[in-house]
Amino acid sequence: MTQQFYVSPEQLMKDRADFARKGIARGRSVVVVSCEDGIALVAENPSPSLHKIGEIYDKIAFAAVGKYNEFESLRQAGVRYADVRGYSYDREDVTARGLASVYAQSLGAVFTAEQKPFEVELAVAEVGASQDQDHLYRLTFDGSIADEHGFIVMGGQADKVSGAVETGWQRDLSFAGAIRLAVKGLVTDNETADLPAKALEVAVLDRVSESSRGTRRAFRRLTDADVMDLLAEES
Amino acid sequence: MQETTANKVAANATSSFTEHLQRDRPELLPFTRPLAGSDLAGQPLQVPHATTIVAMTHAGGIVMAGDRRATMGNIIASRHIEKVFPADQYSVLGIAGTAGIAIDLTRLFQVELEHYEKIEGTLLSLDGKANRLGAMIRGNLPMAMQGLAVIPLFAGFDTAAGVGRLFSYDVTGGRYEEQEHHAVGSGAMFARGALKKLWRPNLTEAEAIAVAVESLYDAADDDSATGGPDPVRQLWPVVYTVNRAGARRVADRELADIAGTIIESRAAARREA
Repeated sequence: MTQQFYVSPEQLMKDRADFARKGIARGRSVVVVSCEDGIALVAENPSPSLHKIGEIYDKIAFAAVGKYNEFESLRQAGVRYADVRGYSYDREDVTARGLASVYAQSLGAVFTAEQKPFEVELAVAEVGASQDQDHLYRLTFDGSIADEHGFIVMGGQADKVSGAVETGWQRDLSFAGAIRLAVKGLVTDNETADLPAKALEVAVLDRVSESSRGTRRAFRRLTDADVMDLLAEES
Repeated sequence: MQETTANKVAANATSSFTEHLQRDRPELLPFTRPLAGSDLAGQPLQVPHATTIVAMTHAGGIVMAGDRRATMGNIIASRHIEKVFPADQYSVLGIAGTAGIAIDLTRLFQVELEHYEKIEGTLLSLDGKANRLGAMIRGNLPMAMQGLAVIPLFAGFDTAAGVGRLFSYDVTGGRYEEQEHHAVGSGAMFARGALKKLWRPNLTEAEAIAVAVESLYDAADDDSATGGPDPVRQLWPVVYTVNRAGARRVADRELADIAGTIIESRAAARREA
């Protein structure tokens, strides 16, 4: 019978964290920016159908980096959580804070109890009536949760991208400005100087979807043509 | 081992909100269990009933309208009830029957469609939506047997075929596609009579709205459970239109004008209807 080697809990957790970090670092970055018009979510994603950004509820969106199957299962679980909550209470009782804390608990449980941790990093964004009421939560593979202001950058080269976004971020950006800023950040982790609209996945949470589009669902996915128009527009 | 895990994952993957509730939170479904141990046959419960809904196709889509009355036996339970709802961007649903269960079913149906759209990233086909609604109505069959039936009327714009379509149902969930126009509820008989005379092919949307309001007026004239336009309280039918651009609720101001014209012309004719 083979003897199990003793591994200290510190070492075990460190190994798991290193494993998860390595997985996430391979992925391309995602930028979430809060601005005057709402919240813009921009990802570098060549696939038009395997999304990294998704709608969770009326005012809540989801963005992720890492392994597709893992964050996709988390996204679906989030949609189920939000829909059950909204159906059994009321639509306005579904909040990003509640969702983020459920995500934090599941990620934390997987990190400690499962064979391998999830190699994902998530952002949960909720658009409010004014910019001060926007909520951006960042969730990491070990279940830690951070309440961010202004913007979130996740993924392989997050430090470099984050630097570029930070220098350009202002409160009063329009969607066009926020998306241009996010793209400016995303190109810093590439060799090429430019990202075509086809390689981008862009969605927004409209702050005024009720009056502008007549729906309480603020999430809107932008087509390649929309993105090209916005990128071409001069600020 | 691998095989069973894969099977388990596949079995758990559902895009249906109703299936998810059935599995995890069955107590939240409006039609979980029949009322325990009660035998209500012969003495129906005194609960509000929703009445007449009409729907018709027109050149660019469909129009659906419902009156604003709910009755409880001989009592008017509500003058303000709304019985026509948008189901999603391209479809609407009107309900007749037990109001409490019908409104919950509508809410469930709305979440069901939105849930599918969010999980799958695409809209359900119009036939798919109609079938899901049929399954929900069948789920309510035990309650219907005890006198708490819900009968919906479903209509939407088929984006693939580019036409508006209507669907009616029976209590067992049977789904029937209707041509031209249809009505459900206690005043349906009279509304359908009016529709037969007023409807013609290729109505414009505005004409179809006027026809819908007038057929409800005729239903209210002969059916005590259907409410007519109420100029005193400024209450008008709830009317939705669906076309290629999506579903839209017709504004009260527009309906007030249409109802006013109908009442005026009937008064001017000085006839027994």
